[in-house]
Amino acid sequence: MISAAELVLRAGRALPGAEAEVFVQHVTRGLTRFAGSAIHQNITTETRTVRLRVHRDGRTVALSGQDPEALIARARAALDAAPADRAWPGLTPATPLPSEGNHDEETAAATPADRAARVRDFVRAAGGLETAGYVATTLHEAAYANTIGQVAGGRTTEAALDGIARTPTSDGVARLASIRLADLDGARLGARAATKARASAHPEALPTGRYEVVLEPTAVADVLLCLGIYGFNGRTVVDGMSFVTLGAGQLDPAITLLDDPAGPGGIGLPIDAEGTVRSAVPLVEKGTVRAVLHDRQTAALSGTVSTGHYSDAGFGVLASCLHLLGSGAGPADEVDGPEADSHVSALVRDVERGLLVTDNWYTRVLDPKTLVMTGLTRNGLWLIENGQVTRPVQNLRFTQSYPLALAPGAVLGVGASAAGQPATRLDLGFRAPALRLASWNYTGNAAG
Amino acid sequence: MSDFDEAQVAVEAALAAGARYADARVMHRRYESMHARNGEIEELAQREDAGLGVRALVGDAWGFFAISDLTDIAARKAGRSAAEIAEASATVAGRPVEFTPAAASIDSWASGCEIDPLAVPLSDKGDLLAGATKTAHAAGADLAEGLYQVWDTRKWFVSSEGHRIDQHIRECGGGIWATAIGDGETQRRSYPSHRGQYGTRGWELVNELDLAAHAERIADESRALLSAPLCPAGETTLILGGEQLALQIHESIGHAIELDRILGWEAAFAGTSWLDLSKLGALRYGSGLLNVVIDPTIPGALGSFGYDDEGSPAVARDAVRDGVWVGVLAGRDSAAVAGLPYGGSVRADGWQSLPMVRMTNVGLEPGPHTLDEIIEATDDGILMETNRSWSIDDKRLNFQFGTEVGYEVKRGRRGRLLRNPTYTGIGPVFWGSMDMLSSEIIAYGTPNCGKGQPAQIGHTGHPAAPARFQNVRVGVRG
Repeated sequence: MISAAELVLRAGRALPGAEAEVFVQHVTRGLTRFAGSAIHQNITTETRTVRLRVHRDGRTVALSGQDPEALIARARAALDAAPADRAWPGLTPATPLPSEGNHDEETAAATPADRAARVRDFVRAAGGLETAGYVATTLHEAAYANTIGQVAGGRTTEAALDGIARTPTSDGVARLASIRLADLDGARLGARAATKARASAHPEALPTGRYEVVLEPTAVADVLLCLGIYGFNGRTVVDGMSFVTLGAGQLDPAITLLDDPAGPGGIGLPIDAEGTVRSAVPLVEKGTVRAVLHDRQTAALSGTVSTGHYSDAGFGVLASCLHLLGSGAGPADEVDGPEADSHVSALVRDVERGLLVTDNWYTRVLDPKTLVMTGLTRNGLWLIENGQVTRPVQNLRFTQSYPLALAPGAVLGVGASAAGQPATRLDLGFRAPALRLASWNYTGNAAG
Repeated sequence: MSDFDEAQVAVEAALAAGARYADARVMHRRYESMHARNGEIEELAQREDAGLGVRALVGDAWGFFAISDLTDIAARKAGRSAAEIAEASATVAGRPVEFTPAAASIDSWASGCEIDPLAVPLSDKGDLLAGATKTAHAAGADLAEGLYQVWDTRKWFVSSEGHRIDQHIRECGGGIWATAIGDGETQRRSYPSHRGQYGTRGWELVNELDLAAHAERIADESRALLSAPLCPAGETTLILGGEQLALQIHESIGHAIELDRILGWEAAFAGTSWLDLSKLGALRYGSGLLNVVIDPTIPGALGSFGYDDEGSPAVARDAVRDGVWVGVLAGRDSAAVAGLPYGGSVRADGWQSLPMVRMTNVGLEPGPHTLDEIIEATDDGILMETNRSWSIDDKRLNFQFGTEVGYEVKRGRRGRLLRNPTYTGIGPVFWGSMDMLSSEIIAYGTPNCGKGQPAQIGHTGHPAAPARFQNVRVGVRG
């Protein structure tokens, strides 16, 4: 199989005078989905994609496909006709690669039977409740080369379990992601989902309004996703459409946020498709915004260097693995109740009256600059009174600025440790602790 | 080998490995897009990929294997692997799997195309986007963007029941956007809709949009919105433009009538549906004005095809008739579970993806009025146009939408511009309050429908027209 370095040499010979880069990705993904407590989709895909980007005489074309020779031929044809590109930032210079990425051989070799075993454990542990969800394993390998000498590569694995258990009136969820399939205990997660489902059966309506909240890591992952897409995205910052101001204490001092795919526990490739090496990017340190994420183009426009977050997913510069640091250390203990673990329980104990929130779902931005989002709760919502979870509550719609929810003074507690969370949208990873926040604006319920 | 032969080899390998049913799709897709910002082209992207996906049913368990290697050896491996995966599925016992009966089709189908979009010179396409965005930027947009996208897809489908179908589907479209950035907020105007307009047509669709002619107007409107009064909060008479109504149909009717959601097969991720199959044929979904048709045969609409990805032919059928729910979007296996006699709505976004129940063209039949007549008949209300945000709950009941622009309607006339309009409601209550519907139907294309895990991006069409609704809550704010 042709390597990225060989292909870039061929492209250089075939396109004299061009700057060229090649990014080769090989992804093996296994996905076992279940519903009605049975496996209904079981999938393995093996894909190999070659991305060739060339720039010559002020014109740029980015092509992808599977046949290297065809790609070069298409690039030659397209270059001559392409419109002028004045935003070309140049190629990534040669840079040492300190890590080839976090990966696990056992996960890379996982079989459909390995995934089915976890599904079986999850279903059994749900104790007769109907279940649905998925177990996925992914091996992602990539190699990059360009005509000015950068050669880099890496790989990562991801294993994820995301499942619900259902009563006739409620759902409960358990969700975990890791580089290791061995970290996913189907029985433990199935029991957790069932406990939460039973605890949220027959929910009652609650008036809309502002409530103090404890967001579980599952809900915090959505907050991180939206901060990444709209806030710490170099493209939105360059365009003046982000809330972020570098150096400003815009968030509570309890908030420290990194993007860190290759650090301990991180999931993601150690390079991006422009060959830029990724290292930990401290986005927020104790509430102060320290950095935003860049690709080569937004970095050039901002007078800085790329952080290795090029994306062609249509959202500008995308995060890879957002890690909101916990307040302490050590894994949480299981708790037999809707709080699910001891770190969440510790935050609930200090709430006089508020809501315990499992998921923020179908969140969409109303205004990108203020990052006002609307969305709904899902998979379990409970009223907290005097430090105790007292009763399940029907799902509520919220309309809430995420940065304001995390503003100085608004964060009343951060869970002790961050749990790996799979992405529900886009191909990102998260490590999130639970959060206790002073106010969240619920604007609708089942009546409208 | 032809592409049919590779699919046939995969099917035969799956059968030899124990499958009682198998189908395979070879797909070859070319994609091209160009993006412009403030008069400059930033990147031209062209993608091309091909591969094979094979589905095998062993006993009552499914397996699917996809591979980008189109060789005889790879095809055999894919078929055999799909059957092996199905055997692993069987370790968690499930329900019996049956299919609705279908006659084996041997056919070819192609969408209409007057101007091959991939043959239009890149320089012409670049000039179009650069010119339109330069005009909008010069007219005051802080950020003027333009985009076109082209998909050229060929499929070869073979099943163990004797299907042998090839299709060539060409889709394209585009749009322009003007954003004004104010002190602490942004305002955007789009043309022709919030994601552009798309169809199963050639470049003639983009030519008809005449993007440059609307560039200055949307820039002016985006700046005007910065100083417009906020949409008031409360309950009012709401008139929705056709583009917003298309998305309302998509979210609160199209997804709700997907049979896999109704059966709970998407419960964990996409969600379920408020619909109960036992009420099919009797449940009131909306007012008597509401007639919704599932129709993949509409020429040029984005959800059109000749056959779905199970080989079922495109057929039009009712979803809602005179306000009563009468039909669902289904595949052959989900339809069999529900005791329904039809499938025909199963598609995948590529060779590497498992086909699943997806919308085709789900849209309205026309009403008796025009938008002008609806406005003239409204004493006090708000007109909202062009989607800005969308969110709906996991049962497809509680929704909140924002639009780019609103207008006061007073004593039968369109009045002041309104900023940050939103409206919220519960699906059947909202549709039940529809009391006027326009005849001005346009089939809007939605090229970004997300569903499934990992998420697949579906292309759907939604014939829609302006309509009026009573007692709707508007002006929700954070």
